[in-house]
Amino acid sequence: MLQSPVVISVSFCYLALLFAVAYWGDKRADQGRSVIANPTIYALSMAVYCTTWTYYGSVGRAAVSGVGFLPIYLGPTLVMALGGFLILKMIRTAKANRITSIADFIASRYGKSQLLGGLVTIIAVIGIVPYIALQLKAVSGSYDLIVGYPALIAPKEGGQPVFADTTFYIALILAAFTILFGTRHLDATERHEGMVAAIALESVVKLAAFGAVGLFVTYGLYGGIGDIFQRAMAEPQLAKLTAVAAENRNYATWFSLTFLAGLAILFLPRQFQVTVVENVSEAHLKRAIWLFPLYLLLINLFVLPIALGGLMQFAGQGIDADTFVLTLPMSAQQEVLALFVFVGGLSAATGMVIVETIALSTMVCNDLVMPLLLRTKALALQRERDLSGLLLAIRRGAIVVILLLGYLYFRLAGDAYALVGIGLISFSAVAQFAPAMIGGMYWRGGTRDGALAGLLAGFAVWTYTLLLPSFAKSGWLPASFLAEGPFGFEMLKPQHLFGLTGLDEISHCLFWSFGANITTYIVVSLLRSPTAAEASQATQFVDALKTTRPVGSALWRGSADPAELIALVGRFLGPQRAEDAFATYARRRGVADVKRLEADADLVHHAESLLTGAIGSASARAMVASVAKEEPLSLPEVMNILDEASQLRTYSRELERKSRELEAATSELKAANDRLLEVDRLKDDFMASVSHELRTPLTSIRAFSEILRDDPRTALPERERFLGIIVSETERLTRLVNQILDMAKIESGNVEWRVEDVDLKAVVEQSAAATSQLFHDKGVTLTLDLPPAVAAVRADRDRLMQVVINLLSNAVKFAPAQAGRVVVSLAQVPDGLSVTVADNGPGIRREDQEVIFERFRQGGDSLTGKPTGTGLGLPISRKIVEYFGGRLWVESEPGVGAAFIFVLPLENSRNGTPQ
Amino acid sequence: MQRSSLSGQRLVLIFMLGSFLFNYPLLSLFDRARTLFDAPLVFVYLFAVWAALIALMAWVVERPERPERGGN
Repeated sequence: MLQSPVVISVSFCYLALLFAVAYWGDKRADQGRSVIANPTIYALSMAVYCTTWTYYGSVGRAAVSGVGFLPIYLGPTLVMALGGFLILKMIRTAKANRITSIADFIASRYGKSQLLGGLVTIIAVIGIVPYIALQLKAVSGSYDLIVGYPALIAPKEGGQPVFADTTFYIALILAAFTILFGTRHLDATERHEGMVAAIALESVVKLAAFGAVGLFVTYGLYGGIGDIFQRAMAEPQLAKLTAVAAENRNYATWFSLTFLAGLAILFLPRQFQVTVVENVSEAHLKRAIWLFPLYLLLINLFVLPIALGGLMQFAGQGIDADTFVLTLPMSAQQEVLALFVFVGGLSAATGMVIVETIALSTMVCNDLVMPLLLRTKALALQRERDLSGLLLAIRRGAIVVILLLGYLYFRLAGDAYALVGIGLISFSAVAQFAPAMIGGMYWRGGTRDGALAGLLAGFAVWTYTLLLPSFAKSGWLPASFLAEGPFGFEMLKPQHLFGLTGLDEISHCLFWSFGANITTYIVVSLLRSPTAAEASQATQFVDALKTTRPVGSALWRGSADPAELIALVGRFLGPQRAEDAFATYARRRGVADVKRLEADADLVHHAESLLTGAIGSASARAMVASVAKEEPLSLPEVMNILDEASQLRTYSRELERKSRELEAATSELKAANDRLLEVDRLKDDFMASVSHELRTPLTSIRAFSEILRDDPRTALPERERFLGIIVSETERLTRLVNQILDMAKIESGNVEWRVEDVDLKAVVEQSAAATSQLFHDKGVTLTLDLPPAVAAVRADRDRLMQVVINLLSNAVKFAPAQAGRVVVSLAQVPDGLSVTVADNGPGIRREDQEVIFERFRQGGDSLTGKPTGTGLGLPISRKIVEYFGGRLWVESEPGVGAAFIFVLPLENSRNGTPQ
Repeated sequence: MQRSSLSGQRLVLIFMLGSFLFNYPLLSLFDRARTLFDAPLVFVYLFAVWAALIALMAWVVERPERPERGGN
């Protein structure tokens, strides 16, 4: 089933599926129901990082260098950890300035320089075209291989004419697809929702395919990962592959590759496209920070097992390790799996080619072609009415040209060295953007000249130490160029510059190119102070994460005609879309009609940012300048504006702080007020309770007194009984008044406490003696369970006695007559001395156990029929115990009895009294 | 004034930790001819550290954050 018609139709079906997904994604985006507004899809789209170089090449690399393929994925993992700062800043800057490519980013940062944008574009194209060639080679190679089934080595192709070469058609098909995906219409923000959806799907397909072949090799051909490793380590040739520092590899290479890959994940045009330009929401970055590294881990898990398995399976058969992913299932007659693997490889290639080419075409159009066209008066562009069609045509042309360049490189290089190492060579090329990018985001002093010089220096060194040697190895330059240096200058040998040895070619290039790049960037930047344009852009970039920063419009002064501005934008975006955009803007400003818009700095800025999305920041600046009469700001003026802005920032921060303090003060006041209200309420409650408690005995005294007064014939025994009641009620009144006074004194802190060393044992004994009559009267047994001696506590003896007596009289009150038993025990506990008074009365319901400690609240009313106390004894006791740092509480099981327990601390009693 | 600066700082810490664990000299300690779970030690070490870093990153960014003051 692996004949070419089947393979071709499966491939086309797959591409059609991708296109359907992209079409659906775009449709949904137009309806405002974005499918890619999802953090998982965002993370998956980042996996466009994994190209065929990963898919086929990792195994090839692992077959030569063992775990040496891993740094390419460890670097991105580490950099994603910095994503919270670095990528967030890139995204926010790009959104604020409508930046749509990495060239635009750099150009915009350094004063919207067309020259800089052009240079970045050229470097990117030169660096990336070979990488695209690599994808073409992988697709055509895997196609030749799979249709040659059951043979495991593709026939050598050579010298067939272009029109008979499958790779040529692959390039054309990919170009057509990329045009369909990326440039169906012109978007001011250069976002491609459908494309991202398709890329996310491709990421899933390539991971699934690679995982499938990994599982097949590991568990189908061998008995698991352990089995593969054990067999491989039995062969000395293979055992070496499992170490990092074997043979010609060392830790310096390892570090260089990690570093390089970490930069690539930020600065490869396709990564910038999916990570920054296509980002829907900053919040999505959170999941990508860990999900994308997880994807990388999963796709690499089986690389080494497949490589070792292939090396053992095909020992001595001369099969290229780059093809193991495909040839292993083929050799095992797993045709379906082989086809799936081929589709996975196709995913890896098409994903990379589509995104990379779209990103490059945007750069070529905005930063290379448009500036040139706009300068050429002969083309009369300035008078052309609608240029949006031209923009699309340029981009489509750029896509075709880039892919044909890729094909050309592939034809020229063929199987030469230049293709094999190209992944890392590309990485090193885009890494040259790092100083200008990162420096630009964090250092205000970087200037256009510095960035230009740094980029040129780095690019020149890269060309000399990496690109030219790769040409030499491919035979395009004499081999003596490498071995003896140009014209025999030993010191200038490209891969041992100035006699530097001991580094591999990548580390060597990285060292020299970064050295040259960074040094030149800083030195040239420091030669002069930034111009007004540079300083204002620097602030926009460096302060991108600050809460308040000067908007671009603050840094523009001049006059313009709104109608001209709208016409200008219309020429690039299409008149209809320009009008819509300005109508939206007018509504936001609260102006009913577009024609009534004021031609202020804000409007000009808005027009410029609309144009920036379509033609890049540098060209947009030039176009706006052509219709607006701008009064250039001098550097001191810019500095003044920026200073004002930063002063404003300080003021607003100060204001924020003040309002926070005010808020805190308000809430404190509110809490205090609440407390006061509560106290007031408590006081009212207290007064009500007191009056009520006083009225009860008073009423009965008055009632009996009236009986005695009004009815002189009352019998003597009756009189005595009534007088007895009157006396006892009077006593109760006295007790009540005393206790209220007592309570009030304690609460107001007016009690004079006589603090001394108190023997709690003696207190308990004396209290028991004082209440013995009560027990005797009611027939309740009192048992004392006291240790021979206890340490003294610091307290007021009389007050403690009051507490114990109160507890004892409560206990006897509730204990049943005759059968009642009350046990008083004294014991040493971890936090002091505890006194327990337990009775076998009716107990206290759980919900009442806290209530009885409140004033005038008595438990068990319903059980005893009428209040038998003042309702102040327990609250006073608790206050006393708490005054000496102790606790008083009750433990009770209803029906079984109640135990009142108080604990007084021993240690605290030494520190004198509280208060 | 960085938003959620605490998790940002934690991520930087993870970056430094990872850079440290993935490079010489620490890496060389595990670059030995030994096996763990039938696989070469360095292979197991790299993937284990890698997985642990990813788990840490996920933990740091996905924890529900305390509500912070508005603004961006």
